[in-house]
Amino acid sequence: MGEAIVVTSGKGGVGKTTTTANLGTALALQGKRVCLIDTDIGLRNLDVVMGLENRIIYDLVDVVEGRCKIHQALVKDKRFEDLLFLLPAAQTSDKSAVAPEQMKNLVMELKQDYDYIIIDCPAGIEQGYKNAVAGADRAIVVTTPEVSAVRDADRIIGLLEKEKNIEPPKLIINRIRTHMMKNGDMLDVDEITAHLSIDLIGIVADDDEVIKASNHGEPIALNPNSKASIAYRNIARRILGESVPLQQLEEESKSVFSKIKKFFGVRS
Amino acid sequence: MKKLQNVMIKGTKSGLTLYLDDTCSYEDLKKELNEKLSVAYRVNEDRQLISVKVKVGNRYLTEEQKAEIKELIRHKKNLVVEEIETNVMTIEEAERLKSESEIVTIAKIIRSGQVLDVPGDLLLIGDVNPGGTVMAGGNIFIMGALKGIAHAGYLGNKQAIIAAFVMKPSQLRIGDCINRAPDQYPEGETREMECAYIDENNQIVVDRIQALMHLRPELTRLEGGR
Repeated sequence: MGEAIVVTSGKGGVGKTTTTANLGTALALQGKRVCLIDTDIGLRNLDVVMGLENRIIYDLVDVVEGRCKIHQALVKDKRFEDLLFLLPAAQTSDKSAVAPEQMKNLVMELKQDYDYIIIDCPAGIEQGYKNAVAGADRAIVVTTPEVSAVRDADRIIGLLEKEKNIEPPKLIINRIRTHMMKNGDMLDVDEITAHLSIDLIGIVADDDEVIKASNHGEPIALNPNSKASIAYRNIARRILGESVPLQQLEEESKSVFSKIKKFFGVRS
Repeated sequence: MKKLQNVMIKGTKSGLTLYLDDTCSYEDLKKELNEKLSVAYRVNEDRQLISVKVKVGNRYLTEEQKAEIKELIRHKKNLVVEEIETNVMTIEEAERLKSESEIVTIAKIIRSGQVLDVPGDLLLIGDVNPGGTVMAGGNIFIMGALKGIAHAGYLGNKQAIIAAFVMKPSQLRIGDCINRAPDQYPEGETREMECAYIDENNQIVVDRIQALMHLRPELTRLEGGR
């Protein structure tokens, strides 16, 4: 029996879809069977980020309305041997085409076959959000170090805490710009976590590579050399229950003293 | 044997009081009240209105009955009912009174979009985040940071206060007064535990918590002690 994790944020454009794609990829790299669900009906784009757009035959609404079986609608990611699947959203209907109860049954069915179901939630707190949260066991809230994103994250956390079947949500702070945070022009990680007072599950630095990779339909998590990729892989390991220390945000300073400290294992 | 009268009028230092018996039926009471007020002494027509108290003992009067009695007395002489005193109240009333006078303790973070509303005093163990609102019929005590909106005494109690460990509200409201936060909080200023109250100019002011013991002595409910 697998676990369903919803990725949500309230505000749009903070990186829910990117996070969903990369967490799914990173979990599949760990050898888990993963199914991604795009619940952003009418504005789907998880398939684009995953590079699976032209393989879609059926979608979420087709499944819910009984036009096809679940496994017919699932799009297999060829980069993984039977590990990563995507259930795409419909592009022609809207959010009201699905009811929370139907989503719940769908997720329950998928949980039999997969280790992790990752649900990409649309922005906002209306029908789409309610559908996305309906079947989830865990929740990940994505925010960026901006006041508006943090405010919406706060609202979403408040709503998630009211859901009885969902564990306390975990936080990802996305798009961190190290130099701005250092200068105090951006909210810093401690400030955000203290304000929202939920557990931090990972931080992801702002990285041009992420956008590049998304445009190529290849999640950044496939590229082992990027900082963002390592961040997503670390989050995946934390989801699996490993304890992985947070990435150091600062660029390595090359002073002799810090090298000596590093040699002795002193962390700055 | 002559029955004791159901309606008695007594003059005391503080004015006239009507004692209405609580064992007879309501109809009898109304009848006798009517008679008594009709036959009694003759008064000067253009005299001022006299306010009287009505004591009904262990009789429960509904709002309509209260209005009826007030009306009855008002129509007879130049008497006007100041208040009706009764020893009885309904369970709902009692519960409302109780809930308005007790302190509700809540351990929670009030997040953006959430509203917490209590009839009495509120003791919040946690923060109020920006966009969140706490409301109380009485005082609000926050053991955490107040960054959202707090509305104390929302039923009209202007004596209510708001206290918070970190006072950085977006708005403070007490009774019908509203005070907006400054656009910018001074950097690095860490004052601990402050309170807000309405001063004599009808303005909400924020002060050290220690100022309260002089300003609102009624906050102390302990009697005696050592």
